[in-house]
Amino acid sequence: MATPETLDPKLAPQLAVELGLKLDEYEKVVGILGRTPSVTELYMYSLMWSEHCSYKHSRKALKMFPTTGEHVLQGPGENAGVISVGDGWAVAFKMESHNHPSAIEPYQGAATGIGGIIRDIFTMGARPIASLDSLRFGTLEKPRQRYLFEGSVAGIGGYGNCLGVPTVGGEVYFEEAYEGNCLINAMAVGLMREENLTRAVAAGPGNLVLLIGSTTGRDGIGGASTLASQEFDEKAEDKRPSVQVGDPFEEKLLIEACLELLDAKLLVGLGDLGAAGLTSSASEMASRGGVGLDIDVTKIPAREEAMKPFEYMVSESQERMLAIVTPADLEAAQAVCTKWGLRSTVIGTVTDTGRFVVREGEAVVADMPAATLAHDAPIYDPAKERPAYLDEVQAFDPMKQLEHPEGVEALSATLLKVLASPNICSRRWIWEQYDHQVMVNTAVLPGSDAAVLRIGDTGRGEVSGRGIAVSTDCNGRYCYLDPYTGSQIAFVEAARNVACSGGRAAAITDCLNFGNPEKPEVFWTFYESIRGLADACTAFGVPVISGNVSFYNESFGQPIYPTPTVGLVGLLDHVTDHCTMDFKDDGDVVVLLGKTKAELGGSEYLNLAHNKVAGRPPKVDLPGEKLLAELVVTAIRTGIVRSAHDCSEGGLGVALAECCIAGGVGARVDPDSTLPGVAALFSESQGRVVLTVSPDHYDALKQLAAAHGTACEKIGSVGGDRLVIGGLVDLPVEQLREAYEPTLERLVHGGASS
Amino acid sequence: MRFGVVIFPGSNCEQDVVHAVQHLGFEAGYIWHGDTDLSGYDAIVLPGGFSYGDYIRCGAVARFSPVMAEVIRFAEAGGPVIGICNGFQILAEAHLLPGALLRNVGLKFICKTVNLRAEESTCQWLDLPAGTVVRIPINHNEGNFICDDETLARLQGSGQIVLRYCEADGSRAEGGSAPNGALDDIAGICNERGNVFGLMPHPERVVDPLSGGTDGQHFFTAIARQLAEVG
Repeated sequence: MATPETLDPKLAPQLAVELGLKLDEYEKVVGILGRTPSVTELYMYSLMWSEHCSYKHSRKALKMFPTTGEHVLQGPGENAGVISVGDGWAVAFKMESHNHPSAIEPYQGAATGIGGIIRDIFTMGARPIASLDSLRFGTLEKPRQRYLFEGSVAGIGGYGNCLGVPTVGGEVYFEEAYEGNCLINAMAVGLMREENLTRAVAAGPGNLVLLIGSTTGRDGIGGASTLASQEFDEKAEDKRPSVQVGDPFEEKLLIEACLELLDAKLLVGLGDLGAAGLTSSASEMASRGGVGLDIDVTKIPAREEAMKPFEYMVSESQERMLAIVTPADLEAAQAVCTKWGLRSTVIGTVTDTGRFVVREGEAVVADMPAATLAHDAPIYDPAKERPAYLDEVQAFDPMKQLEHPEGVEALSATLLKVLASPNICSRRWIWEQYDHQVMVNTAVLPGSDAAVLRIGDTGRGEVSGRGIAVSTDCNGRYCYLDPYTGSQIAFVEAARNVACSGGRAAAITDCLNFGNPEKPEVFWTFYESIRGLADACTAFGVPVISGNVSFYNESFGQPIYPTPTVGLVGLLDHVTDHCTMDFKDDGDVVVLLGKTKAELGGSEYLNLAHNKVAGRPPKVDLPGEKLLAELVVTAIRTGIVRSAHDCSEGGLGVALAECCIAGGVGARVDPDSTLPGVAALFSESQGRVVLTVSPDHYDALKQLAAAHGTACEKIGSVGGDRLVIGGLVDLPVEQLREAYEPTLERLVHGGASS
Repeated sequence: MRFGVVIFPGSNCEQDVVHAVQHLGFEAGYIWHGDTDLSGYDAIVLPGGFSYGDYIRCGAVARFSPVMAEVIRFAEAGGPVIGICNGFQILAEAHLLPGALLRNVGLKFICKTVNLRAEESTCQWLDLPAGTVVRIPINHNEGNFICDDETLARLQGSGQIVLRYCEADGSRAEGGSAPNGALDDIAGICNERGNVFGLMPHPERVVDPLSGGTDGQHFFTAIARQLAEVG
């Protein structure tokens, strides 16, 4: 066997460190190879052993997650998780971050984030049917933040709209903590028949390695290591060349061609080229199949001249797929690619050696055991230490230590202010830039609690009566104040959103955004968040089937709020049994399920009225939340529920206002009068839902609630054109709308916040 | 009644059209952009999407697709053709319809349901009484219709304006009701003969009530009735 030209043993460690490896990691590479690595090998190891690709700091903690369950067909470890949704249908879904590229170049960063997560979905054999985006920026008073926000939204729309995949939901928050490091978390959902589930596995020595799609260039080199696995500092702008540029048209063709190839059973395996490019997809496919690969970089169609072998191997040029085909099927497979106007090139073969060999023509430039790239990265057990700031923020008691507005006039004005908050206000400005209806399966459009989609392949005339409800949630502020509780709130809020739309929680994906895990205080917040989320999943019997960890979200040494975003998918046996939040008819009874407590810690009210992020976040009662979700879904299925809306950020005042605005109708309510006005209106107590039923059905709801051990109180009725909350608020619905609707557009154009 | 739905590389609403017409009990089939045989189809649909990526003017590449020569022949022989969104842009580029679709005035992609008023027209694809208001989603970045004064006068004079953006009560706002800035609030036009129809809104999205309405049904049932009468 030919040995590649190795680096100078004296200079190699220095290059290793420049590429992001630690010295002991470099020594481990030397140990595996039994010699000094070549430059190509060193690049390949540095990427595959980067935090982004290897999860070396998070892997142990992630073991706390439950990953199995009745619906699970594919758990973590593949490009996406897959659950069965009934009648032979399955959905694949996953969420992933594209934070650092977007912080440098928002349009392309966000666009290629969509491209990457969509490829993960169709790699599984599923047709992408929906995407959702969870976004975090600094406050919009800063021009740079407006640029990032507007650019990211345009990039998500520009890419997703072209693909014909509806963008059906998501969330956005604006907090100073994200100013130097915005978050772009993209979730995609795909649909397939169960029998078409495909895994990214290379198999069959003698089979051919076929590269499909775009040419390969120097774009995105080192994206996983130098961009995704390091903090930002004043040199961030220099990293712009590490951001890739997306071509959604090419991706659309790839979706169609790959699904056609899989449908015709022309592929042995299929993988996408994402972070760490060819190195990552090829080594992972080889190690899953226990085989070797032999690749010649001179066969790879290049978009630039004089590219070096390592550049081919680590390029993150977008819109490329790697397929394994038998020699017998090659011609037919290439014909499908040609039909869709796509390049397809044989760049190597599958071998039985277990080694990943890279050649440049005749010369071997890298030769290593394939599995060591994907699996032998060192696993760390980082030190953790409870951050000192927690004692101070948690000791703060918002009810006792602050003066609060009282009386109808002051509280009405405060409600208008909270409704107009960038973190609460209407997201219409965003979702009207996204095609949210293509595929004609979107039964509940953006703007309600969760998106509801019909399960079916309408283009083939295969429409089922089933549905799914999808929501992404995470309030980083709660996680900052208490990571264990905060991550549970992310989960239960997603579960309530899905329940209010008629879905029974089935599985989640997550995108865990944190600072530098090598700092003990940061790692503690990570560990506690995982523990909290794992406990919530276990209590609900809902597994984690896929996910992504994004560390090093810091700028100038300051970490973001811990942000473990949850993407929850729920099932509807009958898609028509869905519900929306808008109040419907005069006379409908307004019901509050659950109890309001005086919990203003971390609330939007506290932030807006007192400019404070402090206190303890609301308490979570997991068994109570599970019963509440079951109650809401059951009530919706019996057909008695006219509207349902999760009561969370902004409190009951905001929830009622949103129901009125959406329905274009008022309401008169008299909630619990034992609480101070601000608590009654703005407390963010968990475990609450605002429902309406016709008066005839109230008793039935009350009985159902009793059977689920859930508090159920009739608090008023729908009607008129004002929202009147007894002794606290009296406002015309039109005025609520004027506060709620135009905020984002005004702020994007540089207007002042109200 | 059998609709032929053309697929250009980058089309993405073809399956929605097929679902819509099948929902109404009609037949449908796909026509690949490289094919040149339209036999067996009673009406041709150019669906929405981003044909060839629309990286230059929308529809500018698609008009040169092999299938378009046949679509033009089919239209000139009086065959009914509808272009929805990107399809409208392609019909304009192919000169089967006058005018052009520029970028929306706000420079933003817009996806939302809008009010549209049926106008007195010769269009075979709509037989609603003039003044009827329907609610149909738009979903585009380049829907800002424009043409020269002479063409506008001709469109107005010969009943070629089929749909206008309007307010909920059918009136037109001062300064225009078109969210994209379209000239004269124009949302859809037809050729003089009335067999070729282009519109920016997506009627196929509001045929099956699950996806939010039924106002889009009129267009497909109207052409079917028209063909039944003629046939």
